[in-house]
Amino acid sequence: MQIRNAVYFFREACKSIARNHLLSIATVSTITICILILGMSVLITLNTSTFLDSLESDVEIMAYLDQDLDNAGVKDVQEKLESLAGIETITFVSREQALKDMQETLGKKDYDLESTLGKNPLPDSFEIKATDSHDVPDLAVKIEKIYGIYKVNYGKGIVEQLFSTARWVRVVSLVFIFLLALGAIFLIATTIRLAIFARRKEIYLMKLIGSTDWFIRWPFFIEGIGLGSLGSLLSIIILAAAYGSLLSRVDTILFMPLVSGTNVLINLYLSLFAAGAVLGIIGTGISINRFLDV
Amino acid sequence: MLVQFYNVSKIYANGVKALDDISIKIDGGEFVFLMGPSGAGKSTMIKMLYREEIPSRGQIFVASRSLVRMKKKEIPALRRNIGVVFQDFKLLENKTVYENVSFAMEVVGANHREIKSRVIEVIKMVGLHGKEKSLPGELSGGEQQRVGIARALTNRPLLLIADEPTGNLDMNTAQEIMELLFDINRKGTTVIMATHAWELVKAARKRVITLESGKIDSDINPGEFTLCK
Repeated sequence: MQIRNAVYFFREACKSIARNHLLSIATVSTITICILILGMSVLITLNTSTFLDSLESDVEIMAYLDQDLDNAGVKDVQEKLESLAGIETITFVSREQALKDMQETLGKKDYDLESTLGKNPLPDSFEIKATDSHDVPDLAVKIEKIYGIYKVNYGKGIVEQLFSTARWVRVVSLVFIFLLALGAIFLIATTIRLAIFARRKEIYLMKLIGSTDWFIRWPFFIEGIGLGSLGSLLSIIILAAAYGSLLSRVDTILFMPLVSGTNVLINLYLSLFAAGAVLGIIGTGISINRFLDV
Repeated sequence: MLVQFYNVSKIYANGVKALDDISIKIDGGEFVFLMGPSGAGKSTMIKMLYREEIPSRGQIFVASRSLVRMKKKEIPALRRNIGVVFQDFKLLENKTVYENVSFAMEVVGANHREIKSRVIEVIKMVGLHGKEKSLPGELSGGEQQRVGIARALTNRPLLLIADEPTGNLDMNTAQEIMELLFDINRKGTTVIMATHAWELVKAARKRVITLESGKIDSDINPGEFTLCK
């Protein structure tokens, strides 16, 4: 693109926005509303996903050892565990420690668990964290086979249900966001088509005079990007103000901690800004071609 | 030879036969009237010249280039050599006279200085000097058509096509527009004008091609003119 032409394209885009100000306002409002709904959906998905991630990463395997295993046997089990692939951390919990933990959980002050029970009934155990929590069920099967381990517990049944629910929630959210984006493209394309329709005579004349298709398209694309960016900027301001105000009041909603990382939010807002510009381009692209067929 | 139609036929998608085996030749520098009743095929012929329509059969050459074989990306170059004047002027209502004319040069990427000197020149040529800042709505029909002609002339076309340019004007104004078109033709531009106005055609003593139901009914040269009608 030559600089002379670029100046012309920008000037024409600005003139068109000003000249068709009502349609420009309609386009910006449509984009603002679309991006706002899209942004809210992404924020809800992001929070749900982060919550599900934290639930998933909390999944651990407890491997209880045979009561009569001696120190060498425990060490042997540990070595075998360490040789398994897909394990992130292994923590040994002695039976004394386990009782102490239980005492803590049940409330030390009210009664003395150790003297109530008479003896420590708990076994030694290993707390095992998998590199990928989705491997936990398979890993548990392997661990159970190790000599010296009499029982493995990882919340069988509940964990599988958690994983399948999480997968379902993620798929549904992505499909929902995808459909919203499609709806936004359709709405924006329709609004931009109205703006282009208002200038169809001009486009027809440009074609007859010998203008190339790209020479005609450029100002419209610049206009689309401009209106798209402005619309998304407005929606980001609204979204950031609303979410910021929510964060300043509460940390969690229904036990779900809210995502508050600055980087995550900045990335989200930047993506929404880019989405606005891209929606403007796609909307213009869809709308303008039919008017160029002269 | 500037324009050649070889056995050109046009059948539209709805089955209407607009042109039926038309063959004509128009030399550079000629002034040709295209006459005939509504639906005779004048507009189709005109649209084929700037390749808004292509023939269903036959060949069309403009400046030795086949419009049938022409690729889509070559169309802008063809159209830069053709100026088109419309019955309804097709001016941009929100642009001034100057902007309506300069628009034609801007959209083909001409530079600013070139645009300024040429636009002033053509506005003078069509007799609108002093009205550069007027909007089309502030002008008479004749003046609006002059703006249309100025716009068609800015890129120095080889061929000027006028589709019923006097159709919306009174007789006196129409004659003024005709004088302007003759003047443009005298300066070397080939002019093809579709019209219903027999009075104007008769007075002009130029070549007249008459169409009837998509066929050429007659093709009369200026010399033979007095023998007819």
